[in-house]
Amino acid sequence: MNNAAIREHLSRYKAGIAGAGGLGSNCAMALARAGVGTLVISDHDLVEASNLNRQYYFLNQVGTLKVSAIKENIARVSENTEIITHAIKLDRNNIPEIFAGCDVIVEALDTDEMKQMLIETVQTALPGIPVVIGSGLSGWGKSNEIRYRKIDDTLYVCGDEYSTSDEDLTPMAPRVLMVAGMQANTVIEILMNKP
Amino acid sequence: MKIMLNKREEEFDADILSIQDMLNLKNYSFRLRVIKINGVLIPSGKYSSTYINEGDEVQMIYLMSGG
Repeated sequence: MNNAAIREHLSRYKAGIAGAGGLGSNCAMALARAGVGTLVISDHDLVEASNLNRQYYFLNQVGTLKVSAIKENIARVSENTEIITHAIKLDRNNIPEIFAGCDVIVEALDTDEMKQMLIETVQTALPGIPVVIGSGLSGWGKSNEIRYRKIDDTLYVCGDEYSTSDEDLTPMAPRVLMVAGMQANTVIEILMNKP
Repeated sequence: MKIMLNKREEEFDADILSIQDMLNLKNYSFRLRVIKINGVLIPSGKYSSTYINEGDEVQMIYLMSGG
């Protein structure tokens, strides 16, 4: 399949991205570059200077909404992806509405509580929509311990599944980008397998 | 009872086993997870009231903060 045919295929699909931090901003950029038709991105945070060690933002965007900043940044590399943004904190009530109609959802949230809440909500309220989870990305090195696992047709996990983020183990660009790239790659695989 | 936990056979010395019992017996150190039994997601609020049966396929994802 040539590049034009791949892009034409991907242009028909809509991917949700829950969170526009390290995982979400980098994953969104990769999916836009690949030519995914529509991205639905949610995040209620502002860009902070401390985010720039791993998130796809720039110094002059500090203080702006992450969803506005990522939309702006994607527009600088592609005109082919429609970006729908929601500057809202996700909860069990708004997730089904925000991500209804998506062909796949990327879990790119920060805390383990939010990750669990999103996955449980999508799997129960939006059955059949695959969720691609990021879990275990902090620190450095141990490249081969970052892995991809398919649980079933609706649940995939990318990451080492043991490196939790805390004061002594900070998320850094290289491993965050590996997991974000793996999530984007999983999304592409799911979408390319659709008829 | 024998179950499949993340595609590996595990044996528990129990006739009745809730998800919470299994988590206690395994003594996991991480805080949160997602669990599916035979492909059905079990919400975290139902771990004590959901039982695992002989031969069940249990899938567990370990959730780590960081994104």
